[in-house]
Amino acid sequence: MMSLKFEKRPEPSRAMLYAAPLIAGALTLAFGLVIFAALGKAPLNAFYVFFIQPVNSLYGLGELTIKAAPLILIAAGLTVGFRAGVWNIGAEGQLVLGGICGGTVALVFHGVDAWWVLPLMLLAGTLGGMAWAAIPALLRTRFNTSEILVSLMLVYVAELLLVYLVNGPLQNPEGFGFPESRLFSESATWSPLIEGIRMNPSFLIALGALVGLYFLLSRLYLGFQIRTAGLAPDAAHYAGINASRMTWLSLLIGGGAAGLAGVNEVAGPIGQLLPDISPEYGFAAIIVAYLGRLHPVGILFAGLLMALIYLGGESAQIALQVPDSVTGVFQGMLLFFILAVDFFVNFRLRMARRSQEGTN
Amino acid sequence: MRHGRLKRALLALTTGLTAAAFSTATLAASDGIDLKPKDHIKVGFVYVSPIGDAGWSYQHDQGRKAMEERLGDKVTTQFVENVPEGADAERVIRQLASGGADLIFTTSFGYMNPTIKVAKRFPNTVFEHATGYKRAKNVGTYMPRLYEGRYLAGMIAGEMTETNKLGFVAAFPIPEVVRAINAFTRGARSVNPDATVNVIWINAWYDPAKARQAAETLMDQGADVVTHHTDSHAVVQAAAERDKYAIAYHSDMSKYGGDSQLTAVVHQWGDFYTKRAREVLNGTWTSRDVWGGIASGMVDLAELSSDVPDDVRQEVMKAREAIVNGELQPFGGPVVAKDGSVKAKEGETLSDEALLKMDYYVEGVASKLPKK
Repeated sequence: MMSLKFEKRPEPSRAMLYAAPLIAGALTLAFGLVIFAALGKAPLNAFYVFFIQPVNSLYGLGELTIKAAPLILIAAGLTVGFRAGVWNIGAEGQLVLGGICGGTVALVFHGVDAWWVLPLMLLAGTLGGMAWAAIPALLRTRFNTSEILVSLMLVYVAELLLVYLVNGPLQNPEGFGFPESRLFSESATWSPLIEGIRMNPSFLIALGALVGLYFLLSRLYLGFQIRTAGLAPDAAHYAGINASRMTWLSLLIGGGAAGLAGVNEVAGPIGQLLPDISPEYGFAAIIVAYLGRLHPVGILFAGLLMALIYLGGESAQIALQVPDSVTGVFQGMLLFFILAVDFFVNFRLRMARRSQEGTN
Repeated sequence: MRHGRLKRALLALTTGLTAAAFSTATLAASDGIDLKPKDHIKVGFVYVSPIGDAGWSYQHDQGRKAMEERLGDKVTTQFVENVPEGADAERVIRQLASGGADLIFTTSFGYMNPTIKVAKRFPNTVFEHATGYKRAKNVGTYMPRLYEGRYLAGMIAGEMTETNKLGFVAAFPIPEVVRAINAFTRGARSVNPDATVNVIWINAWYDPAKARQAAETLMDQGADVVTHHTDSHAVVQAAAERDKYAIAYHSDMSKYGGDSQLTAVVHQWGDFYTKRAREVLNGTWTSRDVWGGIASGMVDLAELSSDVPDDVRQEVMKAREAIVNGELQPFGGPVVAKDGSVKAKEGETLSDEALLKMDYYVEGVASKLPKK
């Protein structure tokens, strides 16, 4: 009797490991075209509308960087933790705290036309994100509390804090009681790199974070310690690597990056504090980090792809009159295929003759 | 369609605000919007939530369809649903504008600043923003006088309650919602002076799980009629399951509530959208602030449940008539705030400006307004 059986590959192919996201992308695309065809839309035109049209102008490319910058920056920060085996799921909350701290600086110095306002905001936002991430770090290292739960729960606390602030102390006094702050002064907002395009230096900051991540992980002894702590905690302990130091480091870097992304949002495309400043970038960045194989180059492409899927969804709604859920379907397929392809990179399917005893 | 009056004081104030948002260059370039009559226009809509089958965005989409039906091949419409009110709104609005839309309706308060920003870059495109207060040469605003419907709904709730406790699930403590709560409370107490209203804020327009939880808490506290100013049918459903009454908002949700839904306070945008689109077609559109109530058709009650007795029905219909012909003002004096301060004396009526920034509860609201 024949049966199918999965067998772990002794040595997964390195080439395949890196090719996996590309294969997953191609499969998503192929099935996406099938779905469009099933919806009665010409597949090639749909492909054009979804993947090309959003970025076929300078403005569109600028929008791609606006959308990708927070994803990449946060994913780069989280990667340090994920490599070290520290699971910071609460980047969204750290982002919100960053927005709050940076935004507060902007509002305190409202109308002050000085070069130092924006740098001070960036600093405040980064520290705010770090402070929020320090809570799970402290609880983890002192009381062995799960950083996954604590960081996640703090997302809700951060969001409610922001809602309180824009309804209270930070509310626009001339805003008829609506929950939002004043619009920031010019000195407190990023100016576009090119007039008329929304792209701003936050994308350069995200790229800088990737370069920093690359050096940390592959060139510095600290990076070696991080990787060892993640891959083999026991060995790391034996080698004298301080686990709580790794926890602190991971959470502070992740939190700082998310906080910085938060300021970049409020000082960039938003330009004020609102009850809701992020379409869940902090959670989407986790997907970006893994899709990018926890590697700087991978994260860059994964971030751009995720951003493109958001833009494509909008453009498909306008041009093809398909529902907004198409965006979710594409993101879901991408994740599904990357997991499936990964599985086949690590396992192989074998036809096995079932033994007489039937122990299979 | 009746147009709301332009409040001069308010206009002066908002002109100041918009002037700050506008660069002097565009102001000089667009001295009055230059519209030419057209045979065909493209109309874009931006929705804050998925259209679904009930709710705020659903009603706007019904309005879009009604407009399409009436204007036939003179219009082509486009829409984008579920657009967050942060950084993404500007791109979507701009994409519609650069795609050649002649008229764009941005249907949520949070689109105010993005709409103003994009309008600056597209001086020949007409924008209409719902529920905001910033206008420009090519940006008009519109707002439903929802409180008229809320007042009538409150009357029904006040008549139907046995515990004299009413529940209100609300989204954000902004004037629009506070106005709705106050009108509901005043309506209820006009027929039942013992009625009180408890409010739970869920800090979300669309969060069915939280809305349901809030409704259940209110019913646990004794409320036997609940209503909501949120975007799903969760509250209506929760009430129906417990055999309590609910008053729906935005859309008729009787398919979720059956006879438990006493009525619904609904928006109807079709007339307004058709009118504004026709003005753009004719080249006669100008920026205005339009407030429409029951008389204009922008707000109304859905059909009453068969559980509502005839005398209540007649009483409510009489009040509706009185609102339409201006005899009954939901915020006609005396308007007394919860803290005892008199906001409008006998014989006075709260002005639109006072309504626009209402930040207090009236007598009869049992909860405290979450603030400062």
